[in-house]
Amino acid sequence: MGVISNGTTLLDAGALDSGIATGSMTLLSTSTASSSATIDFTSGINSTYKEYIFKYTDIHPQTDTANFSFQTDIGTDTNYNVTCTSTFFQAIHAEGDGSEEVSYNSGNELGQADDFQIIAENANADADGCIAGFLHLYEPSNTSKVKHFNTNSEYNQAGNLCMNVRAAGYFNTTTALTRVRFKMSSGNIDAGTIKMYGIK
Amino acid sequence: MAIISNAVTIADAGAFSVSLGALTLIKTLTVSTASTATLLHGSSSVVFDSTYPIYVIKYINVFSNAGQNIAMNFTTDGSNYNVNIQSSTFVAEHTEDDSTQARLTYSSGYDETNGTDQVVFNINKGGLLNAGDASASGEIYIFNPSSTTYAKNFISRANSMSEYPGSTDNFCSGYANTTSAVTGVRFHALTSNTISGTFKLYGLKDS
Repeated sequence: MGVISNGTTLLDAGALDSGIATGSMTLLSTSTASSSATIDFTSGINSTYKEYIFKYTDIHPQTDTANFSFQTDIGTDTNYNVTCTSTFFQAIHAEGDGSEEVSYNSGNELGQADDFQIIAENANADADGCIAGFLHLYEPSNTSKVKHFNTNSEYNQAGNLCMNVRAAGYFNTTTALTRVRFKMSSGNIDAGTIKMYGIK
Repeated sequence: MAIISNAVTIADAGAFSVSLGALTLIKTLTVSTASTATLLHGSSSVVFDSTYPIYVIKYINVFSNAGQNIAMNFTTDGSNYNVNIQSSTFVAEHTEDDSTQARLTYSSGYDETNGTDQVVFNINKGGLLNAGDASASGEIYIFNPSSTTYAKNFISRANSMSEYPGSTDNFCSGYANTTSAVTGVRFHALTSNTISGTFKLYGLKDS
């Protein structure tokens, strides 16, 4: 932004950015699903930020009991199959006030596998069913360390269960990650928004 | 701030205060084979006082020279990092071989009962994997450290490449059991080994 008075530049373009703290969390991209097979972030993931946060809101599956998941890729590849080792646990409470438990779920972990990492299992496709949460991805551009991530998702599971799911792990590569893809295990992402932020 | 030209107010005071964001980067501290990584109020441009009600420290690819766990402690006097801590710790862990370990468990060996040296990662297993590509990343929230009435709560989560090898999701939360203002945090590797990596200190405004 520039402020110019009678031909005199009072503030030059960018002066505010350099002179005033403008916050450390920068919205980089917003993707809104509309019966989308995938939501891809293919640009903006680089060494500018040491941490990226993806916030997913009101993710509604087209197909009941589908899993919401993500993977990454390098360069301009589009395979989304980086080797990953991860953990997965969940807290459950049924709307009928049963099924309370917190437990590890080995069915959704990855052990040096290149599958998509599940971050919400068996999502409810009812009209009001949706998924919300966060994915933190740390220093994806690092070329000497593995790439850590963690997630925290809350959603309504098919069968009307309140689910809080924590998945975390690392992509076991020292190559820079440049891309992130979200998708359902079956059917499309009917609706929802994913926002990507960079953390200074 | 106001911008006034020839007695005409172009932008009123406070006009630029909107949309500046609530998360404010205070300090980026990168250490390499250091004995400690210290964030102390008033030192090296660090702010860690009543300016912000909540502070966040991001761990970015932190590791020790021989794979030791990383611990933290607090100071109230700026020189002694020995505030008593009460905490709980648990992990989710899974080995790369997909068979040795896959579990969620409380880690009683790593919680503190008014101890002074809280392991934040790697919890529950001897250490980080001692390999060139191994590290841990995550964050810790520290609530109202300047309070002179209450204990100081903290919540940490970090993912590490543990020595199985495998992935460990480290959860650690507790409180610094003091009513004195906490003015600094120090991280170090256990058994006097060195620490490397990046620590980024943020203040959360109006939270």
